Amino acid sequence: MQPHDLQTIASKVQAVRGKQRTRLMCCGSTACLSSGAEAVRTALDQAVKAQGLAADVHVGTSGCLGLCGRGPLVRREADGEPALTYHDVDAEVAAQIVAAEAPSAPDVTAPDLTAHILPETHPFFARQHKVVLALNGTIDPEHLEDYIAHGGYAAFARVVTTMSPAEACDEVKRSGLRGRGGAGFPTGIKWRAVLDHPGERKFVIANGDEGDPGAYMDRTVMEDLPHQVIEGMLIAGYAVGAQQGYLYVRGEYPLAVKRLEKAIRAAGRQGLLGANIFGTDFSFKLDIRIGAGAFVCGEETALMASVEGSRGVPRMRPPYPAQSGLWGCPTLINNVETFANIAPLFAGGAEKFASVGTEKSKGTKIFALAGKLSQTGLIEVPMGITLREIVFTIGGGIPDGKAFKAAQTGGPSGGCIPAEHLDTPVDYESLRALGAIMGSGGLIVLDETSSMPDVARFFMEFCADESCGKCVPCRVGTVQMHGLLDKIMQQRATPADIEKLQRLGELVKRTSLCGLGQSAPNPVLSTLRYFRHEYDALVSEGQA
Amino acid sequence: MTSTLSGDPRLKSVDRAIKKNGARGDALLEVLNTAQETFGYLSQDLIRYVARELHVPLARVYGVATFYHLFTFKPKGEHTCIVCLGTACYVKGAGDIVAALEAEYEVKSGGTTADGRLSVTTARCLGSCGLAPMLVLDGAVLARNDANATLERVAVVLAGTPAQEAD
Repeated sequence: MQPHDLQTIASKVQAVRGKQRTRLMCCGSTACLSSGAEAVRTALDQAVKAQGLAADVHVGTSGCLGLCGRGPLVRREADGEPALTYHDVDAEVAAQIVAAEAPSAPDVTAPDLTAHILPETHPFFARQHKVVLALNGTIDPEHLEDYIAHGGYAAFARVVTTMSPAEACDEVKRSGLRGRGGAGFPTGIKWRAVLDHPGERKFVIANGDEGDPGAYMDRTVMEDLPHQVIEGMLIAGYAVGAQQGYLYVRGEYPLAVKRLEKAIRAAGRQGLLGANIFGTDFSFKLDIRIGAGAFVCGEETALMASVEGSRGVPRMRPPYPAQSGLWGCPTLINNVETFANIAPLFAGGAEKFASVGTEKSKGTKIFALAGKLSQTGLIEVPMGITLREIVFTIGGGIPDGKAFKAAQTGGPSGGCIPAEHLDTPVDYESLRALGAIMGSGGLIVLDETSSMPDVARFFMEFCADESCGKCVPCRVGTVQMHGLLDKIMQQRATPADIEKLQRLGELVKRTSLCGLGQSAPNPVLSTLRYFRHEYDALVSEGQA
Repeated sequence: MTSTLSGDPRLKSVDRAIKKNGARGDALLEVLNTAQETFGYLSQDLIRYVARELHVPLARVYGVATFYHLFTFKPKGEHTCIVCLGTACYVKGAGDIVAALEAEYEVKSGGTTADGRLSVTTARCLGSCGLAPMLVLDGAVLARNDANATLERVAVVLAGTPAQEAD
């Protein structure tokens, strides 16, 4: 394939699509599928056929449309009209949706459908800013041609034919993109380190071992935009001088594995993966590695051990993966969402990318919004948005007239943010200053009925269970902390136990080998910081 | 060494996975995944077989298999109920669902009832937090449950009717 062939493929797709006035995209994500999206898709197809509308109406399957709590969802895009989303669709509603597309029918806002319509101006959608997920809802995740028709692989073609690897690294550096796995290391600096390190063989790894309970951003990106992830990895491979890439996918995500496998095969058939891509010297092979349920494998050195087929046990750094990674070779390892940022970054340029966000945190972040909220689902927001906007505007506030208590970010590695800090901008530094972290993007809202010590215990049990056992502070410390939290919850604790919990938390944080142990005390320390009275109340109730 | 596996036609798919990865030791996770998918669990004989075919020490295969949560060494029950214990499900009461199942069927989470009819397991997060609390009963995703609804649905499945999809 040559770069101009992309245009040929795009034109072919557009020639067919151009004639169809309306596109109805049925959400094919896990959440919608489990609430009956497959039947909806069948009903849409049948209705289009029965009413003879195939020439005007295209029915397709899309990636996650975001508002997972109100599925199944169907997105309608029509020429010259604003897009809208139908929610809580069943087979009957699907038939009505199609009937409204008939030329003689009244428009789509006919009374029987209004109860199912969410316009793009709905607060859930209006405050979002889609860069990574821009194509979600528009393209079919399983069709390479669809992605190409929307500009896919054009950024990669331009990079590989017109830029040097060093220029590509610089572009990423100038964009200000930071790692979306949660720690926020500058991506361009990481790329440059791998490029500069001498070595015949180099590797690129996408970390798709999304283990935080309550987080599914990476699953969605892998399921819905597999080609965007692959394109990001290709650009990275070229920029750092790697010939082989691995996609490490969590074992609990079979649909993501299936779609990535299909995408890799399709890209290979078109010559977008393999030897001498676009007739250049650049060759790149991509394989999937499936995890088997170990949270610690999200840590980069543990992940690499797992890719090599061993127990996923982390090791000391340095040497960093950029110096000595997979099989001792220089290795670039980025989160899946980071890679999904790359193609849009190069398509629009570093300046455009950096125009969104705050001074130190550029671009957007995807969050999985869950918990005690009216509207839960997947959102992409500009960095710097306040928590208040996320919770009360996009999330629609707390249902049942309850009061907001805290937002939990970063899962078992993160912390709880109380109501008085709701106006904090969401960026790496601000969240860290509050004792929470950006994390990979899980955002769980707790209302007044939630017990904070119980939430802390929940996460500590998780960490104690997931500790790999290599270093003592984490292996022993997490178990001891969990024991203390149990004691507190059972109202058997004394004030001294709370002091002990605090001291132990700081010790484990300071002395553990890897990120798991270093961050495991965060939920405890942050709830002690903001909700100490709940701990004290449990102690004094017990003593009374 | 005699093996209960010799001649088992299911070994073909394990062999395919080994061959596909060039019989290299670093494919151990892929091969174990395939083996468990095919047989439902990793028996002693199966672990020995994988070690021999991949030319990897048995201790290493065992070490890797026991490290990862998804591998199981006991056969599953006729029916399985996986309760999601992700954060969103937990704050919406998934813990009560697990407790109710454990009490009703006298089984510990992760285990199988004495009569081998029902396995109850928990998952870290199944990534459908909008449906919390959710569970997977014999492969069907059931959304927005509570303890009573879950017990009813499990009883229906055990009585022989397939699980209904979520509403």
